[in-house]
Amino acid sequence: MAIVETRDVQKLFGDVRAVDGVNLATNEGEFLVLLGPSGCGKTTLLRMIAGLEQPSSGDIIIGGQVVTALPPRARKIAMVFQSYALYPHMTVGKNIAFPLKAQGTPREEQQKRVQRSASMLGIGHLLHRKPRELSGGERQRVALARALVREPAVFLLDEPLSNLDAKLRTSARDELQQFQRQVATTTIYVTHDQVEAMGLGHRIAVMDSGRVRQLGTPQEVYHDPADTFVATFLGSPPMNLIEKPEYSLGFRPENFLPREVYAKDGHLFALPCRVTRLEYLGSDRLVYGVTEGKLEGHRVISKLPSNISVFMQPGERHEFALPEKELKFFDPRTGLRAAPRAL
Amino acid sequence: MTTLERGAAPQAPAKSLGGLLDRPEWLGPLMIGPAVLFIALVVGIPFLLALYYSVSDISMGDRTMRFVGLKNFIAVAGTSNFQTSIVNTFVFAIVSQILVIVLGTALALALLRDFRGKWFVRFLLLLPWVAPISLGTIGWLWIFDSTYSVLNWTLEALGLITPHGWYMWLGIPYLAMGSVIAVHVWRILPLATVILLAGLSSIPHDIHDAARVDGAGYWRHLFQITVPLVRPIMLVAGLFGLVFAFTDMIVIFVLTRGGPYDTTQVLSTLAFFTGIQGGDLAEGAAIALFLFPMLLAVAIGFLRVARRAEVV
Repeated sequence: MAIVETRDVQKLFGDVRAVDGVNLATNEGEFLVLLGPSGCGKTTLLRMIAGLEQPSSGDIIIGGQVVTALPPRARKIAMVFQSYALYPHMTVGKNIAFPLKAQGTPREEQQKRVQRSASMLGIGHLLHRKPRELSGGERQRVALARALVREPAVFLLDEPLSNLDAKLRTSARDELQQFQRQVATTTIYVTHDQVEAMGLGHRIAVMDSGRVRQLGTPQEVYHDPADTFVATFLGSPPMNLIEKPEYSLGFRPENFLPREVYAKDGHLFALPCRVTRLEYLGSDRLVYGVTEGKLEGHRVISKLPSNISVFMQPGERHEFALPEKELKFFDPRTGLRAAPRAL
Repeated sequence: MTTLERGAAPQAPAKSLGGLLDRPEWLGPLMIGPAVLFIALVVGIPFLLALYYSVSDISMGDRTMRFVGLKNFIAVAGTSNFQTSIVNTFVFAIVSQILVIVLGTALALALLRDFRGKWFVRFLLLLPWVAPISLGTIGWLWIFDSTYSVLNWTLEALGLITPHGWYMWLGIPYLAMGSVIAVHVWRILPLATVILLAGLSSIPHDIHDAARVDGAGYWRHLFQITVPLVRPIMLVAGLFGLVFAFTDMIVIFVLTRGGPYDTTQVLSTLAFFTGIQGGDLAEGAAIALFLFPMLLAVAIGFLRVARRAEVV
């Protein structure tokens, strides 16, 4: 177990700042997720932590030791790649044993540890197969077993679930979380999938354009976004944003409901809307509308759980409202979170 | 579907060439036809002719031809220069191929990295392949010349040999074999390197990253990851080169003509000297056909490897 820290890490590819001054520190045994859109620098940051990429400036510290100049093998890390990167010419057993062989572990010890990590991931019966004879889910487990077998101080995972189909991904997510809690090894996990990030991470670092926009628990980044990027990146559909010259106002679609749903005496902020379109999504209904009244002319979305059966039709005007405490204010120039104000 | 077929029916028996070319069952044979014809004419017929010659007593300047069975083969196999040639053929082909694969892999690995002046190295590397073979080999003839050898001159200038110790590169048995192998390697290397480079760059980058993270050092990475993954391609390059080395005679013909004392004589040059220059077409054909079973085996191996490479 170890703490991973990055200090002012920068990576330039020509003129492009792929990673632009990132300061992060994990906790002991933490599951930290790097979340962001493609091209935000999250994978580059992970590769610099792994030692596969050299930072242009700044330092990587693992377990209190500056490892910036060390090769990957000297960093006590293990990595799982998006493609799993299994060695196609080796059996599963040899794949898992490879890091041990490279370390010069005695053969008997190798076999014992391969068995242990294979059975922990439920792939003990596959040891003699070649990777091409395995399903996507099995390959992913082999990649995890290969990472686990060295008993590394840090796990680095680069979108390990993105090659699985939707159904398998849900169960793999669950297993991955159990696995991480069980081995209690510091884990850094890169993904662009916010559901994975929210479901797996102790904390999430939301990244954009090479910078960390916010670092916090899933609750913090979702309910208290630090800026408009985080606010609109997380959530499906994302936060409604009403941009005025003097302030930007954000609220989540699931809080923005027909007026009659709320009790009469709450501190509510009322916002009438003209409904433009309805989408039925099974468990939810999405109502697309344009605001009227004092904040006239902004497109907003309301997400109604299917158990709210208020009747609505496109073209009709409807009273919507949300609790005042759910209103988030942002500075319209910087996009950063601002203090609440009277409307 | 049925309505569609019925609708198309009036157009199907189109008399125009354009209509025929739209139909795959016509277009396919039409496209491959010239290649088949070409191979039949320049490979098939001469091969059958060679088979026929080898069991006859045909010679230049004689218009009769009688069937003599395996007499030519038996006669040829007994001669000492044939036996020498067989050994030389294997030495020449196998040693040059080993060198080509080892050097080609090293070069391809070097060219896989980015460095300044990479284009120039690539250009230099491809030069022997682009240059006409005979012309390039004549250049080597001068390099190896007993009186004017730049190689000897360079060695002397470096103080490695004395003015009286100049090597007769093409005049001393082992040196001559070494020289023809070296020139053959120089010639085949570009092709092998390009094939191996393609093989190496097809290995996903993640696999190399995984090996680095897993703690493999340079040699372990090379011999346990890179080489096994590129092995099918390496075999293709090797077998290709092997066929080339078994059948090609230009390098030896230009440099040594099989000499000194037949020490660089290989089956292809011997067949040429016996059949064409010696006028004994029947024995020449018999000598050339000795290679056939061997090349067939190599070709079968080649096809099997190619198929396996597809699966992986």
